[in-house]
This record gives sequence, C-alpha cells and structure tokens, in this order.
Amino acid sequence: MIAELGHYALVLALLVAVVQASVPLIGAARGDEAWMAVAPFAAVAQALLVATAFLALMHAYVTSDFSVANVAENSHSLKPMLYKVAGVWGNHEGSLVLWVLILTTFGAAVALAGGNLPPAFKARALAVQGLISVGFLAFMVATSNPFLRLDPAPVEGRDLNPLLQDPGLAFHPPFLYFGYVGLSMAFSFAVAALIEGRVDAAWARWVRPWTLAAWCALSLGIAMGSWWAYYELGWGGWWFWDPVENASFMPWLAATALLHSAIVVEKRNALKSWTILLAIIAFSLSLMGTFLVRSGVLTSVHAFATDPARGVFILGLLVLAIGGSLMLYAVRAPALKPEGVFAPISREGGMVLNNLLLCVACVAVLAGTLYPLVLDALGGGTVSVGPPYFDRVFVPIMVPLTLAMALGPLVQWKRGDGRAVVQRMGSLAVAAALAWVAGMALVDRANVASALGLALAAWLGVGVLIEFGGRLGLGRVPWRDSAARAVNLPRAAWGMTIAHLGFAVIIAGITGSSAWRTEAILVMRPGDAVDVAGYSFTFEGEREVPGPNYTAQRGTVTVARGGETVAVLEPEKRFYPSQRTTTTEAAIHTTWMADLYAVLGDAADGQGWSMRFYHNPLVPWLWLGGLVMVLGGVVSLTDRRHRVGAPARWRLAPVAGD
Amino acid sequence: MKRKHRRLGFLMVGAVLLAGAAALVLSAFEENLLFFFTPTQLAAESQPEGRRLRLGGLVEEGSVVKQTDGLTVTFVVTDLTETVPVTYTGVLPDLFREGQGVVVEGALGADGMLRASEVLAKHDETYMPKEVKEALEASGEWRGEEATP
Repeated sequence: MIAELGHYALVLALLVAVVQASVPLIGAARGDEAWMAVAPFAAVAQALLVATAFLALMHAYVTSDFSVANVAENSHSLKPMLYKVAGVWGNHEGSLVLWVLILTTFGAAVALAGGNLPPAFKARALAVQGLISVGFLAFMVATSNPFLRLDPAPVEGRDLNPLLQDPGLAFHPPFLYFGYVGLSMAFSFAVAALIEGRVDAAWARWVRPWTLAAWCALSLGIAMGSWWAYYELGWGGWWFWDPVENASFMPWLAATALLHSAIVVEKRNALKSWTILLAIIAFSLSLMGTFLVRSGVLTSVHAFATDPARGVFILGLLVLAIGGSLMLYAVRAPALKPEGVFAPISREGGMVLNNLLLCVACVAVLAGTLYPLVLDALGGGTVSVGPPYFDRVFVPIMVPLTLAMALGPLVQWKRGDGRAVVQRMGSLAVAAALAWVAGMALVDRANVASALGLALAAWLGVGVLIEFGGRLGLGRVPWRDSAARAVNLPRAAWGMTIAHLGFAVIIAGITGSSAWRTEAILVMRPGDAVDVAGYSFTFEGEREVPGPNYTAQRGTVTVARGGETVAVLEPEKRFYPSQRTTTTEAAIHTTWMADLYAVLGDAADGQGWSMRFYHNPLVPWLWLGGLVMVLGGVVSLTDRRHRVGAPARWRLAPVAGD
Repeated sequence: MKRKHRRLGFLMVGAVLLAGAAALVLSAFEENLLFFFTPTQLAAESQPEGRRLRLGGLVEEGSVVKQTDGLTVTFVVTDLTETVPVTYTGVLPDLFREGQGVVVEGALGADGMLRASEVLAKHDETYMPKEVKEALEASGEWRGEEATP
C-alpha cells in the first residue's frame, strides 16, 4: 500500500513538474504575474511529492518489504539498519529518487528564499528546474520504477553489494548528488539569464552561493569516495583515475572555475558570457557523469543499469539538455556585452588564467575518460587509458595553476603592480627553496622531484599567508588593529585563505603518498615479523569472527617501533554468504604524519597467510586538506554579501538549506 | 582599439595553453594507451617484448600453481582456442578463481609468458568482464551466462 502511494506520488510529481516547466515560462514571456506565481507553488508541491515517494521507498527498505522488487534485489533482513537506509540509494532506481529529491528540494528552497529575485527571472529559473525534473521523473516512471511489486514475494532479499556496505560509501552518494544538483541551480540561473538576455553583478551574487554550496558538497563527496577506495579496496592507493572517479572530478573542476569567474562578473562586470557558458558546462558534466556512471557504459561497482533502453533515454536527455542550452547560448550570448576593461596583470587576469588552466585540465581528463569509449564505438579496438596518462598530463597543468594560485590574490583588481608581484615572488621562492632543502634533508627517500612537490606546497602556503597578513596589515599596524581587521574581514576573504591553504596541504599529501610510500608483500606465519619504513610488523595470528551478515577472518598484527608497541592492527577478510562474495577490510593506524596500513590476503596452503603492509607518509593530509578546503567554502558561504538585499530572509538561504 | 588588442592577447595565451595541453595529451596517449588482447589475437599479432598490454579471458581450470615462495602464482589465460601463460607476484583479488573471467595487465617476456603487474577480477562471480565476453564470442566459445557458472 505504502509502495503504491510512493509510486502515485512520483507520477503526480511528474505532472506538477510539467506544469512548473511550462506555465511560468509562458507567464514570464507574456508578463502575466498570475501565471508566473504558479512556479513557487509547483516547486514546493513537487518537493513534497518526491519526498513522499522517497520516504515510501525508505519505509519499504526499513521494514524489509521484499514484495517490492527493488528491496528484494538490494536488501537483506539481516543487514544492519544503517545499510538498510543507505540501501535506498545503493541501486539505480533509488539513487534516481534521491537525485530528484535533492533537485526538487533546491527548487523549493529557491521558491521560498528567492523573495529578492525579480519575479520574471525567478519564474524562468524555476521553470528550467522544472524541465530538468520532467526529464528525470519521466525517465524514472518510464524505465526505472522503484516501486515494482514482486508476486510471490521472496522470503529473503539478495542483499546489497558487500563492497558498498560501508559507512564511508553510504553517505558518499548523497553528497555527490547534492553537488551535481547544486550545479543545476547555476545552470537554471544561466539559462534564465540567457532567455532574459541580461547578466549583471546581482546575477553573479545569486549564482555564487549555489555554486559554492554545490562545490563544497562535491568536494566532500569526492573526498569520501577517495577515502573509501583507500581503506576498502586494500591497495593503499586513494585515487585510481577510474572513469567513475573522473565523472565526479570533471564537474568539480568546472565548478571550481565557475566559482572564480562568478567573482569577476560580480566585481568587474566582465567575463559574463564565459561564466554563463561555464555554468552550462558544469551542469552538463554533472549530467554526463550521471550518464557514464549509471548507464552501464562503464563497468564498475557503480554501474547498476544494464538495460539499454535506459541508456538511450539518458543519452536523449543529455543531448536535449546540453544541446538545447548550448544552442540558446549561441543565439543569445553575443548580446551580453562586456563592460570591464582587462589588464593582463590584474586580479581578473589571474582569474582568467585560473579558468583556462582548470578548463584545460578538465578537457584532458575528459579526453582520457571518453577516448576508450569513442574508439570502441568506432570499432578501433579496446584500449584502456591508465593512471600514467593522467599523471603525465595532469601534473604539468597543476604546477602552473598552483604557482599562479599563490600570486593571483596578491594582485589588485583592474590594474596590478607587476613590480610588487615580482618582489613578493622572491619571498615565496625563498620559502619554496627552504621547503625543498628540508624535504631533501628530512625524508629518507626524497629525490629532487618529490622534494619539489613540498616546495610547491610551501610556495602556495606562504603565498596565501602573505596575502592574508597583508590584509591584516601585520607588521605595519599595531597588533590590536590587526586583530580588529581580522574580525571585520569579509568571510569570503577568510574562506579563500582557508580553502587555498587546504589545497597546499593536499599537495603535500599527494607528494608524500605518491613518492615516499613503502610496501611489503609477503607470506607470514604467526610470529613472523617484517620491517617496513622503520616499523616492525609482527603477525600474531588469525581467528574467525562472526559479523551480522558475514563471517570474518581477522588477523592480528602488532606494530612496534624501537621495541615499543605503536599499534595493534586487525585487518579482516569478510565473507558474505548471501552474495557469496569476499571483501577485504584493511586496518589502518594513523599518526597524522603517516598511515600504517595492513591487509590480510589469502591463506597460502600450509605456509601461513599472504600479507600486505604499507607505510603511507602524509596520506592523512589529503583528507585533512580536503576538509579544510570544504571548511573554506562553508565560511565563504556565510559571507554577508550573499544575504545583502534579503536581510529578513537570509536564514533560508542555501547555508541553511543543507 | 586597445581593448581589442588586449582581448587578442588573452586569446593568444589561451590558444598557446590549449596547444600545449593538446601536445601533452597526445604524447601521453602515445605512451600510455594500453591495448586489450584476447589470447587468440595475441597469438596472431606478436607483440614486442616488454610492451605493456592487457589480456582478458578465463583462468584455465587446474592451471593455477602457487610457487614455493607462497606469493608468486602462475596460471593460464584462455579463450578456449588459444592460451597464454601468466605469472604474477602479489596478492590475488578476492574474486580470482579458476574458470572465471579475468583481465591481467603486464608485459610479455621473451619466453612468451606474461609478467602481470595487475590482475583484475573485481566483479561479482556471475559477472563477466565485457572484454572477456566479447573475446569468448569472437572465438565462438561463448555459451551465454549459464556456461560460466
């Protein structure tokens, strides 16, 4: 009964979305206020209906109602409650419901909080949101109904893929979707602006918080996915340049570029048509990411759908959305005249460089991701593009980006002083050289190249701190005044400083984890010990431990340094009888400067167990840096100027929306 | 006039960057593209020694032999027409089993043995890697999902 209610709500939501996509658009074109006023009501109604469907599906999962096909295929009565809930979006149909739920929630947020938007603009933006909803809801109702019944109902479900039964992964899709869908807001605003033919600073001020919120969520989602890969896949790596990872990384790169170019629109009234294009591209990449991951074109744990009808439908949606918006852009963009004058050495010049490099990086990732698909489709043979390609291409693009990232904020708007920048480059170079020397001296396995990674991190970190110190007037004004300035500094400035510092920390983490990692793979009997990077790992033994829906072989490994026990690691190998699958659970002990990482392999007949140990220096810095970047984004979101103009309503702004 | 010049300057910087990136992408492609082979294809077109490639097929029943060090494994990859011997040192993935589909990545040695640096069998047991399925279809040995329990 509840499942039918959910299905009914979904169909109703589709009808409401059709109204939302058409009536306000016509109303805005005719200047009819009553027709435009339909938009907010429809947006809220749609959000409530989709929420009803989502809750109905969750109810089926929580009560293990195996008469619903989706539940029977992806759940199990013995599964822990956390994964019953997370199982809702651990499959194709359910993940779409979540996608649309977030989409309509954002739409409702605009409807409720967008009081200071011009009515026609608001109606158009909501209508575009409605159009996206129509596409996804129609897709769901036509090809992926999550509420299909089974008759007779099976006694037990088939269970969720054990690899996905993990807290890190349980909450990674919601964040990713929040990011993807958040970019749909920037897209809707961009398309609405194209229809109106007007882009100004106020427009940028509206787009920025949504993009920022989406960027934060996307960053967090990517970091969680990477963290999951790190401890769950048991290879000690954290980024594999897997197409599925790239699918979320490309929108992130575009969103990062959009964040920066929107500032230029806001401050200098320039780069308008470029920013519109970026907003379209960022969301198109999100859609493409959804398509790549969900359609089964790529085979991975994420690819749920193998039904070709679905692939064709998504492809059609993709062509309509991307093709339609780009067509509109081609027709309307020439009307957006730039007003600001550009000097090459200026803050906006730096932003252009940032955008160019980020886009080039995005294109390089896109090429590596799509090339095998295109070649295969053209009958050119099956190839794969591995991590070496991405490392080769990505690093040379990221190095100039990072170099410029330290300098950009030091340059003024409009017309920067080239000489002052060169002077400051001196102190950055000194800091980088010191970091390089320190790296060579302190790290046993350092070579010229890997120490340069540290130098790059120091260059950026010191550049950020110099800029921040300059704002506070450190050393020029009394200490007390600096403190007062720090308090009064716009939150956006704080946010930028924090986020850029986070990136410096990530660079250090990447350097340490890729260049200085030590590994040992060997067969051990209980009592055996091995030395890895100055730590001695002793295999104490292994025993069988029951879990809720699996049985585990748990090894015990004592790690000691200089005779003193540092940690006891308990890596596991879990067997899930319901899916007859084994998963590997790595055991990790972190010292913040490095991770000690142990994996229990197979039993080697009569000789003990094969074991894998890693010493991963600076890997914790990756997650730390990622969190710091997200923190920077959140701080920037609380900036006063995002709520200027809507003083009474700012509490409903996107900050409160998540 | 001035604005036009500046814009031209930005466009040129952009073009140079794009060209540089294109060169980078192409050269990286050149060196890092991994071609996929079935045992039959590998037998037909001999590959230079040391060239990295990917090989897909089934792990031949009864061919998996653990060496005395307990870590090195040799096995035979087959598409039921041709076979290629493979050696691998390390921990095999959880889903590696005789009779199951597998994709290995590595380079051929002078003895015709593939020295694998990576063994992929990361999908569930009813799942057959797409490349392997196509390879079996090509050799006429594909009998649908039931044939490979």
